[in-house]
Amino acid sequence: MNWTEVLPGIAIMAGTTYLVRVIPLLLFKNKITNRTIKAFLYFVPYAVLSAMTIPDVFSSTGNGISTAAGLVTAVLLAWYDKGLLIVSLGAALASVVVTLVM
Amino acid sequence: MKDGLKLGIPIALGYFSVSVAYGMSAALLGFTPVMAALISVTNLTSAGQFAGTTLVAQHAGFVELVVTMLVINARYFLMGISLSQKLEKTTLFQRLLIAYGITDEIYAAAISKKGSLSFSFYMGLMVLPILGWTAGTWCGAAAGDLLPPSLASACGIAMYGMFIAILIPKARTSRPVTVCIVASAVLSTILRKLGLSAGWTVIAVTILIAGIMAFLHPEAADELD
Repeated sequence: MNWTEVLPGIAIMAGTTYLVRVIPLLLFKNKITNRTIKAFLYFVPYAVLSAMTIPDVFSSTGNGISTAAGLVTAVLLAWYDKGLLIVSLGAALASVVVTLVM
Repeated sequence: MKDGLKLGIPIALGYFSVSVAYGMSAALLGFTPVMAALISVTNLTSAGQFAGTTLVAQHAGFVELVVTMLVINARYFLMGISLSQKLEKTTLFQRLLIAYGITDEIYAAAISKKGSLSFSFYMGLMVLPILGWTAGTWCGAAAGDLLPPSLASACGIAMYGMFIAILIPKARTSRPVTVCIVASAVLSTILRKLGLSAGWTVIAVTILIAGIMAFLHPEAADELD
């Protein structure tokens, strides 16, 4: 891809993300008290991450067996609460090893 | 400043390795290392820029891009509100700089600090993570270009590994979160099968499922404090 294709998109991503961060710092002096809005914001990250992971993760390595190896490794490591770094690298490593072996 | 820098070291190391995964996936999508690093230094957000990068690669519409970034990054809005309560007296310019450095991890480190939050502490806290995130992205994208395609794509799962690492431990301890994750996964799969794009699917799933969950479990509001 070339710069003219990606620059407007990058600018929009950066601008939108910055606005979300800066507006509350400039405007809000009081805490949100509406419980439904707070509960909604509590669930947002989990809904977002789940929808971003499923179904795309199943086609993430372009190969069914290496995807399965990476996915199982990630779920097991995450189950034992190994943290972002270990889970992420472990999944990639399992997937790479399976790709090399095949 | 020094205390902040110290607290930023583990975050920077974590960011470096996760952003290597992001850089690789960006390279797979056709971005050069400099482009990927520019996205990282201007966005400084994992899930949001991952989704955004995919959308830019697909030449998605700008409305879809803006709404996706708004929805995925909406949590920063709340973090910004909570930070503004804890900040010492700051100038407008200082607040503009602090806002740039609001991420899940930096926010968590800042908010866990006892007492009020100074501008210099926050600047110290954010500088190394920003460097780590940007440098890791560049390295990942450069490595993605060097690796044989089959190996580079095997690394494509690393970013999802990070998401799984956030989802599963939380699901183990909270039943409503488990329901939210499963319902989101099911609805996401259905919407994609129906032909909806990845960006709009994330938006629709988030608003619908997080909205329903908020009505079913208003007590989750307390978890946010």
